[in-house]
Amino acid sequence: MPGAVLRRTGPAYLVDKTDTVSPRLAAVGAGVVLDGISLSFGGIRALTDVSLDVAPGEIRAVIGPNGAGKSSLINVLSGLYQASAGRVRFGGRVFSAVPPQELAALGVARTFQNLALFPGLSVADNIAAGLSFRRLSGIWGNVFSLPLARQERAAHQDQVREVADRLHLTADLDRLVATLPYGLQKRVELARALVAAPRLLLLDEPMAGMTATEKAEMAGFVRAARDRSGLSVILIEHDIGVVMGLSDHVAVLDHGVKIADGTPDQVRRDPEVIRAYLGAA
Amino acid sequence: MTFVADNPLATPLTRHLPLAAGLLLAFVAVPAFASDYVIEAILLPFLALSLAGLGLNLLTGYTGQVSLGSAAFMAVGAFAAFNLEHRIDWLPLPVSILLAGLTAAAVGLVFGLPSLRLRGFYLAVSTLAAQFFVQWALTKFGWFSNYSASGIISAPSLHVFGISLDGTAGRYLFALSTTALITLFVHRLVISPIGANLIAVRDNETAARVIGVPVLRTKLAVFALSSAIIGIAGAIWAFAYLRTVEPAGFNLDRSFQILFIVIIGGLATVRGAFLGAALIVIFPLLLSRFTGLAFDGVADAGVLKLIERIFFGAVIIAFLIAEPNGLSAILSRITRRFTR
Repeated sequence: MPGAVLRRTGPAYLVDKTDTVSPRLAAVGAGVVLDGISLSFGGIRALTDVSLDVAPGEIRAVIGPNGAGKSSLINVLSGLYQASAGRVRFGGRVFSAVPPQELAALGVARTFQNLALFPGLSVADNIAAGLSFRRLSGIWGNVFSLPLARQERAAHQDQVREVADRLHLTADLDRLVATLPYGLQKRVELARALVAAPRLLLLDEPMAGMTATEKAEMAGFVRAARDRSGLSVILIEHDIGVVMGLSDHVAVLDHGVKIADGTPDQVRRDPEVIRAYLGAA
Repeated sequence: MTFVADNPLATPLTRHLPLAAGLLLAFVAVPAFASDYVIEAILLPFLALSLAGLGLNLLTGYTGQVSLGSAAFMAVGAFAAFNLEHRIDWLPLPVSILLAGLTAAAVGLVFGLPSLRLRGFYLAVSTLAAQFFVQWALTKFGWFSNYSASGIISAPSLHVFGISLDGTAGRYLFALSTTALITLFVHRLVISPIGANLIAVRDNETAARVIGVPVLRTKLAVFALSSAIIGIAGAIWAFAYLRTVEPAGFNLDRSFQILFIVIIGGLATVRGAFLGAALIVIFPLLLSRFTGLAFDGVADAGVLKLIERIFFGAVIIAFLIAEPNGLSAILSRITRRFTR
């Protein structure tokens, strides 16, 4: 069934589970399944028939040379790009096109390759923005401080404090985010993604440009978040040392095609991966 | 959201003291002691333009949606208030003003729709449509101006609960109370989590959408709210300041003037609109005094007007280069120096 037709009807992008969904999509309960995702920009094929299963509580790295399609994959998952073929499944729902504005409600959070914070807001407000999809109170409630708005504000404040505490950001909560050093800003972005307790976390180069210490710290935060709530993580990262240490499984993309998928050890020894990406030692 | 008090010495009392003193001055001292000239020529246009600037600042400063249609929404507000007052006798003035704001909100909502697809300059150009369409419609259809031959109509007499507000002080208090109430509303809004949503949409729309900020709803709501405030400012401009209602007063120049107020005063600050409006209203008056003294007899009135404009433009350019964050940032720096 072509995706274009599905998109026009009913609760868009939701594919009826009973019909042509492949057995792979139906089999896996929770977690994330990408089934045969292809993406092209004009004549350029960014992704070709990429499939990926990520179990709950799994940290899955996606590596590959520049232009391999790693960020495209995350952008398809977060609905910023529409796959030309293939389906995505989060929890119980299957999508031919992921609706980005509903992503947070679906339990998916992401960070961006280049910082995508709100420089005009404090650290606390940046993190709290990750909760705004849950807010029921509107303009009037907030202007007049009605009970619902007050309760929500207090509850969100507690959640912000709690996640800030876990990521060692408490001391900086009141600072304008633009005044923080780069490494801390990356951490604020992680906090914003984690504050709503997502089921799936998409991290697009969370450690790019960091010092070795900062990278180790960041890896620790990601692992702790996974251990704490059993969320799935899809991680794009270039630092092979960090990737191999942090992830349960590693998928390798080259020219938009998945060329390997396995445990870090399997991938490290794969001749195809060595040729395309790692290089001979 | 604040977690640590920024200054332990700033108790609520001392922090609000300057504001309370200012309000006391504005509500009590000014009507009692200020001359009619000060109120008519300076304070009334200042209040109306401040309010319009405040409305536009919500849209442009906080939410990042540039609009060149402010004067159109002022016109909608002014004409709506006129028609409500004229056609529905028994309607109390505050209700007419509120309904005029709602009318402007509805028009603003329609012209805000392009913002869902357009950004930056493209959106600014599309808001020009509002500017031209509204002026055209108000001139074309005589019903709006009650078929007045000249198109210029005088504002109805103002009274609230049987008290006439037609005198200078009455009109001033009417403009001041409206402005104060709306300013309080906007202040409460921008410090709330909704205000954070606005800034999130401005700073990074894609990220805002992906993390679940309701971007489309926020944009439309701000277009409506901003237009409502600007519409009420238009009603004050026409009813309290000019005492006439005519489409020509709400032209593109006025839209630009309001945009300048916001930029000069300081984007995304509540007080910026007031500082900017003060500069825009008072500076030309001072300048005309100055040029009158300095070039008296040397140049005729037309040339004086030109010199004023050139000087004013130069000041704005110099100002934006020296302090792109506007008068509000300068004021913060001064107060910080004195409180330290």
